[in-house]
Amino acid sequence: MKKIFTLIKDTLLSQMVTLWGVFMKLFDRKDTVEYPDEQPYMFPRWRGRIILSRDPDGEERCVACNLCAVACPVDCIALQKAEMEDGRWYPEFFRINFSRCIMCGFCEEACPTNAIQLTPDFEMAEYVRQDMVWEKEDLLIDGTGKYHDYNYYRIAGMQIKGKDKGEARNEAAPVDVRSLMP
Amino acid sequence: MNLDIGSGLTIALILGVVIMVSALLITVERRLLGFWQERLGPNRVGWGGSLQVVADMIKIFTKEDWVPPFADRFSFVMAPAIIMTVILLSFAVVPFAPNIGVIDSNIGILFILAMASLGAYSVMLGGLSSDNKYALLGSLRAAAQMVSYEVFMGISLLGVVALSGSFNLRDIVAAQEGLWFVIPQFIGFVIFLIAGVAESHRLPFDIPEAEQEICAGYHTEYSGMKFGMFFVGEYLGLVLVSSLITVLFFGGWHGPDFLPPVLCFALKSIVFIAFFILLRAAIPRPRYDQLMTYGWLFLLPLSLINLLVTGAIILL
Repeated sequence: MKKIFTLIKDTLLSQMVTLWGVFMKLFDRKDTVEYPDEQPYMFPRWRGRIILSRDPDGEERCVACNLCAVACPVDCIALQKAEMEDGRWYPEFFRINFSRCIMCGFCEEACPTNAIQLTPDFEMAEYVRQDMVWEKEDLLIDGTGKYHDYNYYRIAGMQIKGKDKGEARNEAAPVDVRSLMP
Repeated sequence: MNLDIGSGLTIALILGVVIMVSALLITVERRLLGFWQERLGPNRVGWGGSLQVVADMIKIFTKEDWVPPFADRFSFVMAPAIIMTVILLSFAVVPFAPNIGVIDSNIGILFILAMASLGAYSVMLGGLSSDNKYALLGSLRAAAQMVSYEVFMGISLLGVVALSGSFNLRDIVAAQEGLWFVIPQFIGFVIFLIAGVAESHRLPFDIPEAEQEICAGYHTEYSGMKFGMFFVGEYLGLVLVSSLITVLFFGGWHGPDFLPPVLCFALKSIVFIAFFILLRAAIPRPRYDQLMTYGWLFLLPLSLINLLVTGAIILL
């Protein structure tokens, strides 16, 4: 007898409560975002399409150090170092294969010059797979991206034409080791 | 041509409307399920997704109609035809309104029960002839489920028959002029509702198809319009069970005077169709031994007691 009452409780009462609860969902706000008509808000730190930024002077920030290519877990970054006459390093080519990229952001973390950055853009579908491979001219933007004041060659001690050792911001003049008398 | 029981126009209208409604239910169900799951459902094709059914139909008609080489061709092709035929035949005795119907049969309920039993052949043949382990499991389950629910489904209706004194569905509706049978026969109504869900293989009793466990059960191997017939057959069964509940327990075409009888009937049926979709959205599927236990040890005795009490009250 007790078993029958439990059965009634389990089969009728519990199901009625479920039915009522689900029915009331009809009047709830729907979770669906009608995407193409209604754009979702993308957070500034969203890891989406990768760009290469320029420093405040408008020069390329990338110094072709290859750290991003090393950090990349799927090996989607390829680049080749070249040098300008003034001693600045720059990538001769810089290629990202977005069909491999997993948007992990490791390249951005590895970059010593804030050159490579991830943006909130995620609409990157293409009809031809080859179009997913982006070259340097596709990746480079005109602005500074997320870091507005950073300029690697002004801060780092690297010597280029027009800026000798010790002339960078907050940098002391180089020490002449031979002049150090005991 | 006049609108009367058994006239050609009425028959054509009933056939057309019933199939149209079943096809439309494909969209309506997806949309309602969406709302009940806090989604929107298909809303792209046409106004608010109303033309989704056209898109679905175009898709299903243009698909390859493939018969697996290992299948038993004759019964494989027969199975979907059986379910459509059987359910459409059942609609012949449904009284939609005083002057709308195909036949005025005095064995209406028996005819519908017989057709429901024949419908089980479709599921079993379809599964067996597919020569696929999932399809076979599905048809095994369908057979087990059929023997479990058909017994108390018939008995639950006997209370209504006893009260109205007739197997004729039109007489049953006429007998509900004053009081709908849902009040004296509430237990019968609940049992028939449960049996109806099982009969139309709908969730929570869609054990023969059970996507999550056995692919699609008995129609795993079906594609194209043959699958479409199983699909529409399921919705036809849904419409049939809803209209039967309306006829047997909720007074058929009776209703307020300002509504035409057929509209009364349609509105009541729509409520039950929506309720069946709600059941699908809300209730999880039991194991099939649970359904058997529930049917044999609880619903069958309950329906017998219901019949006994009804009989005693009529005699007193």
